[in-house]
Amino acid sequence: MSQLLPPVAAVLPELVLAVSAIALILIGAFRGEAAANLVTGLAIAVLAAAALLVLLAPAGEVVAFNGSMVIDTYSRFMKFLALAGATVSLVMAVDWLNREKQQKFEYAVLVLLATLGMCILVSAGDLIALYLGLELMSLSLYVVAAINRDSVRSTEAGLKYFVLGALSSGMLLYGASLIYGFTGSVNFSVIATVVKEPSLGLIFGLVFLLAGLCFKVSAVPFHMWTPDVYEGAPTPVTAFFATAPKAAAMAIFVRVTAEAFPHVTHQWQQIVAFVAIASMVLGAFAAIGQRNIKRLLAYSSIGHMGFALVGLAAGTEQGVRGVLVYMAIYVAMTLGSFACVLAMRRKGQAVESVEDLAGLGTRNPVMALLLAALMFSLAGIPPLAGFLAKYYVFLAAIQAGLYWLAVIGVLASVVGAFYYLRIVKIMYFDEPAEAFDPMPSELKAVLGVSGLFTIFYFVYPAPLIEAAGAAARSLF
Amino acid sequence: MDIGLSHYLTVAAILFTLGTLGIFLNRKNVIVILMSVELILLAVNINLVAFSAFLGNLTGQIFALLVLTVAAAEAAIGLAILVVFYRNRGSIAVEDINAMKG
Repeated sequence: MSQLLPPVAAVLPELVLAVSAIALILIGAFRGEAAANLVTGLAIAVLAAAALLVLLAPAGEVVAFNGSMVIDTYSRFMKFLALAGATVSLVMAVDWLNREKQQKFEYAVLVLLATLGMCILVSAGDLIALYLGLELMSLSLYVVAAINRDSVRSTEAGLKYFVLGALSSGMLLYGASLIYGFTGSVNFSVIATVVKEPSLGLIFGLVFLLAGLCFKVSAVPFHMWTPDVYEGAPTPVTAFFATAPKAAAMAIFVRVTAEAFPHVTHQWQQIVAFVAIASMVLGAFAAIGQRNIKRLLAYSSIGHMGFALVGLAAGTEQGVRGVLVYMAIYVAMTLGSFACVLAMRRKGQAVESVEDLAGLGTRNPVMALLLAALMFSLAGIPPLAGFLAKYYVFLAAIQAGLYWLAVIGVLASVVGAFYYLRIVKIMYFDEPAEAFDPMPSELKAVLGVSGLFTIFYFVYPAPLIEAAGAAARSLF
Repeated sequence: MDIGLSHYLTVAAILFTLGTLGIFLNRKNVIVILMSVELILLAVNINLVAFSAFLGNLTGQIFALLVLTVAAAEAAIGLAILVVFYRNRGSIAVEDINAMKG
């Protein structure tokens, strides 16, 4: 019993999520659709409580369940990020779902289950926990994408996501089986001690594993699902997709490469660098022609994943710190941008074209100002948060001697700035369109916090940098 | 002729390739895609069990059991999404999944 207790205390956030997901299903099943708002409210409280538990958890590394779960500073950082993203996106969903007459208690429960999967994924210490966490997350996300089951676009998004997601889990699993076969273990730390010299079979396994993970972070060439799923899924679902699962998938990407394959850095560095370049370039160029704001943000997120991967390609502690800072700032900026997209509604009808933002500068100056700040920040213009995020990953790449990678990254971000600035131009200089309906107060709060964070982050960046630095240290 | 590890791995690799090709070359029916996904997962299971037997290490077989369980859940969810899609679109042909470009 004494051996059992410490791990149970260490996985308390996960236990809270799992038990409450089951309890909320029962509440929903007994009280029917009328309970939708109650269940959603409780789910928000549970997610916030889990985030608080992660924050208050004692420092230090706990290895639980025979090495399947590693709870260290790194996993706490990323878990908090995923939980915060999930909480805020669920808060933003409430009003939207009520207006669209989409009150379903299943939505909140599925978000809870997906978040549970993310928490397991982030602290996975072996390939089995990685696979199970990933599937728990993905299976919930497939259903969430198709949650509006009377809409062709939503169900099509779910179907596309499912087919490509299942293929990518298959590739990831094939890679995992090869890695297991050629090292004799599924545990990351054991794999790291066995792998000194790369063998051909192991490299094959590594490539398949990384291909599966690239799909989950929507990095090129495994990005095809992203624009369609972002466009087709209901907007609050898209906001959720763009934040928490990205953070969790990036977390496990970094953990696998840094913890299981630290001695074959050169093998995966090439792959990660290629993927980073392809994502940055495609994200910059493909977004230019987009008219749908959700589709545009999808390409933008592909590009941002490329920038984050630049830090990983450096393969150093500093690079990992850059990735963590980048993901934290990315989640904050994305939540703010989606708060604006969710507020784009005329006469009760949701609109999602970029042109609908025309004249926002005169109709709603505060929202326009904050959205403009977020767009400048996404483009990486100093001194906003997005610039500092890019600065840390490029700095790490340069110190690792990857000059060309940093140069291509800077060029891609210049091209990408075009479409972000176009949004700002449409807001301030185009013929005003009709005003939007009044913005619900929770969206105002999210947009305000996110906008002010991106504007004033440079004043006091130390806490985030230090937290990310401590998290990165625990990996090396 | 002795059947060694490499034979099992070859069979698994062939199945995996067939599954992947099945997804990419199939232009008719989504059900075929679901079958291809199952084929990929079975290839993985053959790999895991073969490695497990040749390494004398049980982890692979436990992994294979977990994969089987998850595969069942995955198929259930996939078919459920497919049914909802069919209700809206009236077709499950791959070429009809085209409400959005891409």
